[in-house]
Amino acid sequence: MAEVLVYVDHVDGAVRKPTLELLTLARRLGEPVAVALGAGAENTASALAEHGAAKVLTHDAPEYADYLVVPKVDALQAAYEQVSPAAVLVPSSAEGKEIAARLAVRIGSGIITDAVDLEAGDEGPVATQSAFAASFTTKSRVSKGTPVITVKPNSAAVEAAPAAGAVEALNVSFSDKATGTKVTGRTPRESTGRPELTEAAIVVSGGRGVNGAENFAIIEALADSLGAAVGASRAAVDAGWYPHTNQVGQTGKSVSPQLYIASGISGAIQHRAGMQTSKTIVAINKDSEAPIFDLVDYGVVGDLFDVVPQLTEEVKARKG
Amino acid sequence: MSLRIVVTVKYVPDATGDRHFADDLTVDRDDVDGLLSELDEYAVEQALQIAENADDAEVTVLTVGPEDAKDALRKALSMGADKAIHVEDDDLHGTDAIGTSLVLAKAIEKAGYDLVVSGMASTDGTAGVVPALLAERLGVPQVTLLSEVSVEDGVVTGRRDGDTASEQLQAQLPAVVSVTDQSGEARYPSFKGIMAAKKKPVESWDLSDLEIDADEVGLEGAWTKVETATERPARTAGTIVKDEGEGGKQLAEFLAGQKFI
Repeated sequence: MAEVLVYVDHVDGAVRKPTLELLTLARRLGEPVAVALGAGAENTASALAEHGAAKVLTHDAPEYADYLVVPKVDALQAAYEQVSPAAVLVPSSAEGKEIAARLAVRIGSGIITDAVDLEAGDEGPVATQSAFAASFTTKSRVSKGTPVITVKPNSAAVEAAPAAGAVEALNVSFSDKATGTKVTGRTPRESTGRPELTEAAIVVSGGRGVNGAENFAIIEALADSLGAAVGASRAAVDAGWYPHTNQVGQTGKSVSPQLYIASGISGAIQHRAGMQTSKTIVAINKDSEAPIFDLVDYGVVGDLFDVVPQLTEEVKARKG
Repeated sequence: MSLRIVVTVKYVPDATGDRHFADDLTVDRDDVDGLLSELDEYAVEQALQIAENADDAEVTVLTVGPEDAKDALRKALSMGADKAIHVEDDDLHGTDAIGTSLVLAKAIEKAGYDLVVSGMASTDGTAGVVPALLAERLGVPQVTLLSEVSVEDGVVTGRRDGDTASEQLQAQLPAVVSVTDQSGEARYPSFKGIMAAKKKPVESWDLSDLEIDADEVGLEGAWTKVETATERPARTAGTIVKDEGEGGKQLAEFLAGQKFI
């Protein structure tokens, strides 16, 4: 059976959910072989084995943390040369896309980014992507070389599929380009205790209508009652009310949760680009003409300062 | 010695227009007005600021695209860039990201450079991989997705805000930089800038100038193939209620019905 290389996104050995989703997709194409790099790489093995990894190739070196991107490209290339896979799958994070792109050039392959689904085809994997602010869906494949494909979070269900997950040390020799960009400082982002925006099943977002940084507390309260991530429109971020890392839209994150709740967001194309593929969409807005209402499964025309707290209380009451 | 900055820019269909695919499944450029990709304005801005802070610098804007793509160059020139290069060739129609990076890299090498500045992604393709591809092809450091950037004594430094951490980066020139929309508001062209831009040089190069074979690029030479493009069906109209004091409760009822609570 053909092997499929899966690049593992993990934090000190804790495998992030999009990688487990990748394993689900990889199993449609062949036998998953995972590549885990950096501190804690070996600790990823049990979670990866549980979700279908036949092998886990690991390597740790200070270069992964001390230099940007290239050491990881060198390692993934080493894994590629060792395994000769039928495809290489990488999570669609900012870094994941950069690693995948550089690998593609090195191995003479085409690349598809931000796939939202993947299936086996006669001429190789067929990737589904969203285009033009998700107003189109395309199906594409890589036509030269070994397909390198990055996949967005929430594109597949995490499935238990126990496999051997045999850990093997990967042999990596870094290229002279590996140390080109030095990471001279790193400030970890403070944890909010909420789910990661792109991985969350429910996202609650606030926009211009929230009208001030201090008012985001009511958006956060609703999010916490639902166990949701918090998002913000570009207007709210540009106004300095909420961090850019939480921005949903064309120049921020693109999310595809089970439920998206937009509060005080008009729904400009810039925002729709980042949330239009959500399964269920709900909006609260004062303006009944707001374009967001064209997208919703359920909309409330009203003042978010009345509706959102009432909803939060009701959710809490129902959850007991 | 002058600091040579090359800014890569893209001419894209206006995102607020009714964007769609042409019959050959490439981006349709005829029915929607084009413009300089908004995210590239930030790259032009940062390049101009770096140039203003250098003793002697020259900013060249570079695009690969059809005839109309000159509009994007003109906009960047009116913001203050010194000169422009337009790579235009009928054989380029349908080129994908890997092919585009090949053309850009050859053009950047031909132009001569110390620093390449790109936007974080285009607003039409949105992949955001071209800066990394350029660094790979040019064999120089990649210092990408910066929300802050500066250049001093042949060293580029910047801040990259990631999902889990904010990183300070440093590399020797020559290097490829990309900047995000958080890097600072782009300036508007002044009237004087617009007038001056009309007189600034725009060079045109084709594939033979870059010694690239036609079969390495274009739709036929692409490394990926779009097989189908389907318009997403409009979402079916949902229920919309007016809040008359019970809006939050009604919404909770809907969410409970959908098993979210």
